Amino acid sequence: MTTSTTEVLAPPTERYTVLGWLRRNLFGSIGDSILTIIAIWLTYAMLKPSLSWGFSVAKWTVIADNLKLFMVGRYPAEELWRVWVVLYLLAAVVGFTWGAWVKGKEKAGYVLLGIPVFLALLPFSPTIRMMILALDLFGFLGIILGRRDNPKFKNWSIISLLLYFPVGILLIGGLTGETGFLPTVKPDLWGGLMLTILLAVIGIIFSFPIGVALALGRQSKLPIISWFSVGVIELVRGVPLITILFMMDLMLPLFLPAEIRVEGVIRAFVAITLFSAAYMAENVRGGLQAIPRGQYEAAHALGLNGFTTMAFIILPQALKAVIPILVSQFIGLLKDTTLVMILSLFDVLGIGKSVLGNPEYVGTAKEVYVFVAALFWVLSYGLSYASQRLETSLGVGER
Amino acid sequence: MSRKLFPVFALLIVLSMVLAACGGAAAPEAPAEEAAAVEAPAEEAAAAPGETEGPAPAASGDTLATVQARGHVICGGNSGVPGFGFLDTEGTFTGFDIDFCKAVAAAVFGDAEAYEIRPLSSQERFTALQSGEIDVLIRNTTWTLSRDTDLGANFVATTFYDGQGFIVRKADGINTLEDLDGGTVCVQTGTTTEANLADTMAARGLSYEPVVYEDVETGWTTYEEGRCDAYTTDKSGLVARQILLTVPDDHVIMDETISKEPLGPVVRHGDDQWFDIVQWTVFATFFAEEHGITAANAGDMMASTANPREKSFFGTEGELGAFLGLDADWAYNVVSQVGNYAEIYDRNLGPDTLTYIPRGLNSLYTDGGLLFAPAWR
Repeated sequence: MTTSTTEVLAPPTERYTVLGWLRRNLFGSIGDSILTIIAIWLTYAMLKPSLSWGFSVAKWTVIADNLKLFMVGRYPAEELWRVWVVLYLLAAVVGFTWGAWVKGKEKAGYVLLGIPVFLALLPFSPTIRMMILALDLFGFLGIILGRRDNPKFKNWSIISLLLYFPVGILLIGGLTGETGFLPTVKPDLWGGLMLTILLAVIGIIFSFPIGVALALGRQSKLPIISWFSVGVIELVRGVPLITILFMMDLMLPLFLPAEIRVEGVIRAFVAITLFSAAYMAENVRGGLQAIPRGQYEAAHALGLNGFTTMAFIILPQALKAVIPILVSQFIGLLKDTTLVMILSLFDVLGIGKSVLGNPEYVGTAKEVYVFVAALFWVLSYGLSYASQRLETSLGVGER
Repeated sequence: MSRKLFPVFALLIVLSMVLAACGGAAAPEAPAEEAAAVEAPAEEAAAAPGETEGPAPAASGDTLATVQARGHVICGGNSGVPGFGFLDTEGTFTGFDIDFCKAVAAAVFGDAEAYEIRPLSSQERFTALQSGEIDVLIRNTTWTLSRDTDLGANFVATTFYDGQGFIVRKADGINTLEDLDGGTVCVQTGTTTEANLADTMAARGLSYEPVVYEDVETGWTTYEEGRCDAYTTDKSGLVARQILLTVPDDHVIMDETISKEPLGPVVRHGDDQWFDIVQWTVFATFFAEEHGITAANAGDMMASTANPREKSFFGTEGELGAFLGLDADWAYNVVSQVGNYAEIYDRNLGPDTLTYIPRGLNSLYTDGGLLFAPAWR
């Protein structure tokens, strides 16, 4: 009763049991077995001290007690509701956009909605847990609204996204001076994770158009424009970000009259945007050069002029092609923002260092740095995951 | 011909555009050259305080006017040294150095909260002072001749007398510097501590391997992990931090003191009025302790005192405040809002704190210490 199928496939008992899988994949031969044992031993030897430290030795109270500092830095406690409003707005806007644009893909939506639930499981106080869970509420409301059949909603969602950032900054920064409904919160009080994300997001948003302009400028046939672009790109790319920040910190006051003081946050924004734009320009140029000559010719043949060719034919393809590299640049930028400590700003790492100066928490350096590293990892991985989804839905690499 | 000239012409235009951009607020178009010049203002400011352009070395009276126009004083400070400057859980700066910044704010504005702290690393602190980023540097800074002269800084007074020592593990059996020969020593980079260590070891013909780090907590962690045989910093820092090691009794501070470390506020060269203000603010805290004036009783003392020195201190008699360019009751504001030296010390480094350091040399001269305020007349 031997048929060819039974010869090719192992018996079901071996194929579908743990033991069978183990034998096939981990203990296939003597060499495999030795390697497996060594690997298991190594993993155990490394994990055991880390885990026992993490669960019994580490004093995580330093994180719990200073959570507000890590999240928003020295932002006044009585104005914290504004940060929450900004977060709720984000949930609503993202939900609305999701509802208007994405049909199906329920799984990814559940993942997004699962984030606040997961956060609420962490040992926060009950009020904070409710505040976090409320994010889902706003997200849901956004999705329900977005799902209603209205053809205008797609445009509205883009407008709401564009409006979100200035509104968010206004909410955080304040509007009405010393007193009033939204009193001004001086930028040097912004800090923690909020500042890190703000710097990175604003850096990427502003550097994008500048970078595209520089990339186009570099390809221009007009020598002044192209030389200027090349000059800016090469100068800025030729120095490390830290020198630009040092310049901003220590040299700028020498150029400006004593009465004029530029806020540290603004200096950081300008430095980061400029730095990021130079890299963005080169990345975009790579995308532009990947577009075959035929596309230009076809566009001209259709009667498009230079501007419309760029805007509707070339740039959409070029930008799509460089999405992976733009995302990795964004991730790099996010981590580079830790350098703003030079400008005496308290990003999440700077807050960590200052917390370590508190006599109550000395000796907790490992806890603090592990926490900050974990934050950065989650953010970076989240970004990279999101970009992979974006690439799949845009069909990058499957031309 | 014109074809050849064109690139030159275009280059000139681009250059002028770059230069124009440099003049504006967004200046970093040409950081390559300027980054190298970060060190330069030191020499400029020291060589010709009156000639240098820009706000760096303010002429006499400029700093006070600038500070008053701004509405708050900016102090260069620490953000991560237990007892001297750190962020508490509410996000406010706390510490011995921070309190002296508050004292300056109280003297200038009558409001101890009119200050801003710019946390600085040990390397950038003097550049920040020279460039006018900060008005006064109060950041455990050791008074040395070269800093006082070549770096364009002026030390106003000593707020904390210290000396450099070593902490070692008892089990290692290290008792003298000679025992450290060939060993590793943890030391903070860019400090006088680092230089003292190198000098002393070289003078005694001892070899050692420095393990350098940027911020204090990293250094202690390194030491606790056993990656260096000894940790060196000012003895106050050793005392304060020893009790917080995992097993404090496993460690011992060596008897040897290898340096004098007078720490105090620093201002820029070239503005004597501002120098005087900061200096006499420090003296006011000494004076108040000597005369038993505290934050709690300052108001009563001001109303009831018959002592002419105290009267001029409170500004109820004479016009000493006007000589400084301040309100008559400036010293009262300092003491009532921040406290006298003993109060500042006890709040941050006293027996009730986690960072207890015995006062030692930092007592009044009447108690055998070195704190001595000049005459208030």
